Amino acid sequence: MRRVYLDSNATTPVRPEVVAAMMSVLTEHFGNPSSIHWFGQHAKSMIDDARQHVARLINAEVSEIVFTSGGTEADNFAIRGIAESQKAKGRHIITSKIEHHAVLHTCQDLEKQGYEVTWIPVSRDGVVDASSVRRALRPDTILITIMHANNEIGTVQPIEEIGRIAEEADVYFHSDGVQSTGKIQVDVRKLKVDLYSISSHKIHGPKGAGALFVRKGTILKPLLTGGGHERNRRSGTENVAGIIGFGQAAKMARESLTSDMARVAELRDLLETALKSRIEFIQVNGENAPRLPNTTNIMVDYAEGEGLVISLDLKGVAVSTGSACSSGSMEPSHVLTAIGKTPDEAHGSLRLSLSALTTREDVEYVIEVLPGIVERLRDLSPYYKKV
Amino acid sequence: MIAVAMSGGVDSSTAAVLLKEQGYDIVGLSMQLWNQRRRLPGEESASEEQELKRSGRCCSIDDIWDARRVAAHLDIPYYVLNLEDEFEKTVVSPFVKSYLAGETPSPCILCNNYVKFHHLVERAAQIGADTVATGHYARVRYDETRGRWLLLRGKDGRKDQSYFLFGLTQEQLSKTVFPLGELSKPEVREIARGAGLPTFDKPESQEICFVQSRSYGDFVEQYAGIGHDKSGSIVNTQGDVVGEHSGIHRYTVGQRKGIGAAGKPQYVMQIEPQLNQIVIGEDARLHRKRFALRDANWIAIEDIAEMDGPLRCDVQIRNRFEPRPAAVWMENGEVLVEFDAPQRAITPGQAAVFYWDDVVVGGGWIKS
Ligand SMILES: Cc1ncc(COP(=O)(O)O)c(C=O)c1O
Repeated sequence: MRRVYLDSNATTPVRPEVVAAMMSVLTEHFGNPSSIHWFGQHAKSMIDDARQHVARLINAEVSEIVFTSGGTEADNFAIRGIAESQKAKGRHIITSKIEHHAVLHTCQDLEKQGYEVTWIPVSRDGVVDASSVRRALRPDTILITIMHANNEIGTVQPIEEIGRIAEEADVYFHSDGVQSTGKIQVDVRKLKVDLYSISSHKIHGPKGAGALFVRKGTILKPLLTGGGHERNRRSGTENVAGIIGFGQAAKMARESLTSDMARVAELRDLLETALKSRIEFIQVNGENAPRLPNTTNIMVDYAEGEGLVISLDLKGVAVSTGSACSSGSMEPSHVLTAIGKTPDEAHGSLRLSLSALTTREDVEYVIEVLPGIVERLRDLSPYYKKV
Repeated sequence: MIAVAMSGGVDSSTAAVLLKEQGYDIVGLSMQLWNQRRRLPGEESASEEQELKRSGRCCSIDDIWDARRVAAHLDIPYYVLNLEDEFEKTVVSPFVKSYLAGETPSPCILCNNYVKFHHLVERAAQIGADTVATGHYARVRYDETRGRWLLLRGKDGRKDQSYFLFGLTQEQLSKTVFPLGELSKPEVREIARGAGLPTFDKPESQEICFVQSRSYGDFVEQYAGIGHDKSGSIVNTQGDVVGEHSGIHRYTVGQRKGIGAAGKPQYVMQIEPQLNQIVIGEDARLHRKRFALRDANWIAIEDIAEMDGPLRCDVQIRNRFEPRPAAVWMENGEVLVEFDAPQRAITPGQAAVFYWDDVVVGGGWIKS
């Protein structure tokens, strides 16, 4: 069966060059980077190279990159690290209603511990209004955490503007850049963020590796204590293979970002236009907002997202829906709820996310199979009456 | 394409094996029915430690893990469908209401009627599967002369599950296959072993899935949020108060309840929800011939109202019960059943299923 992968916001295929780089670590360069000897030194220098690649991708200094086990840890580290280090100053945090669970649940956990969190709403197009962040500031605000690009609908937030607000107010600013990195230009200096999360597996690297950008001078309490790795910021023997793969992926993402993403945007637009013309009653979420070039989130009226995803999978097409059964129960996504969608609308949503490895044939195949699937689901829907 | 409802047990797994061997295009579906982590209204509010303990628990009642392993082993597409809302509305909530109304409910039958053979079938159709297979021990056959789909007992009489399927409509039967209908349990285990299923020797679960380790009584109280204090009187057949009960939902007709004045064992004869009262009496008085039925479903015949004269058949009034001859007829809009000989403990809330030998004629719920 033909297999088409359009779920790149969930994870991406690992590039062959990344696999090759990792293989050398797994087979030859197995040393512990903390060791004095040749084996250790070699591993250490490979990590340094990787750190440079990751730093360059977001215009950071090498010393500002802390490797973690992924985006989730980076988010936790940033938020909990600031919450702990700044608690004498205050216990107020500002975030948005459309954050990834890694941020959302971390903030909720801090609420239970006595922190106060202001949840900034978004427009119907899925964008935070920077001025509402300014209005939410208080003397005891210690952290603003607003994601750069949303993983479900792909909307890009006004991080630069919020960065200026945070700088003026002298409040730490974290942004979850897991989805934006590798898809749009990221310059942490321009964005004026103090902390920025990245994940390897969203940019064709391996899973279980990521990084937190920590601006020089940022006071952050470590999550993990131990041997004092990563300049005392994150203890634990490094996931060398993962980090090397991440570095290689970051290098390749930077080299080809402009051309790859121009092509991806073109394919995404082709997909959206074709689907809109072939299927009635569909809407694109966040259509009028600045968006990632690779993501389209469509709402298919009179069809269940779950039925769409499974039917597509049976035809070899991998996508996802806005009602994740993540905790076992069928909850409409908080992101779609935040942009004003009803649970029914959210259940009918479909996210298609492309990557640099997506081909025109992939997109054409989806354009060919999806309309028939929607039609079958609608024929079975008691609410759908053809006009 | 055939959708196989996979619970993770040996039976449904083997059903998938058989269909795959027969060359059908199949897809495995499991149902997420109940969230074990969920706190019921009547459960004490949990401490953080309890919350954490809860979070280590699996959120599913069906052994979805096992089903997934089996599907991977068979290399078939497999999905978990979330049917929690449907399950709660059509099974759990009626289960609790039924106990509180003094009945003894049969949630597995409700689950079959509403969740498996209605909602699951609907979802299967959405993904392009026009037929659903389950691991029930029962048989479906089309009868040309009657022009009807028939439901028959499974060939292995000891494992037969047709009793739980009496609510299937003609439409549902026409879209259902029971691949184990002709097999015995040992044969099924043998097939499972032969196919290398990771679960071939898994024991069968007998519990009602959502109740799990609680007692039914505790579950009913916690779900309804009614607390423990539902006590009331136990009376004898003369109406004298002879004791106190701990909530009518904790009793079932026929259950033994103490020793009477004459030294004879006493049994629950009747549960009276309006009076919050339980009537006990001697075993001999538990035997009756006649009862009324509600929500009847007819399979082998069009409708009881169309019959001239009473329907003669054998009637089964609980899961483990040898069917006994009876007459069934309509009177004043009500279906009445009368056994030829008195039967012990005809229990409201249980299903009564009518048979002609192996053929299920129809069935309904015992009303009174
Ligand atoms: C916006 C966002 N933040 C954080 C994460 C978590 O990253 P990881 O999977 O590396 O833990 C994801 C991944 O789904 C994401 O999309």
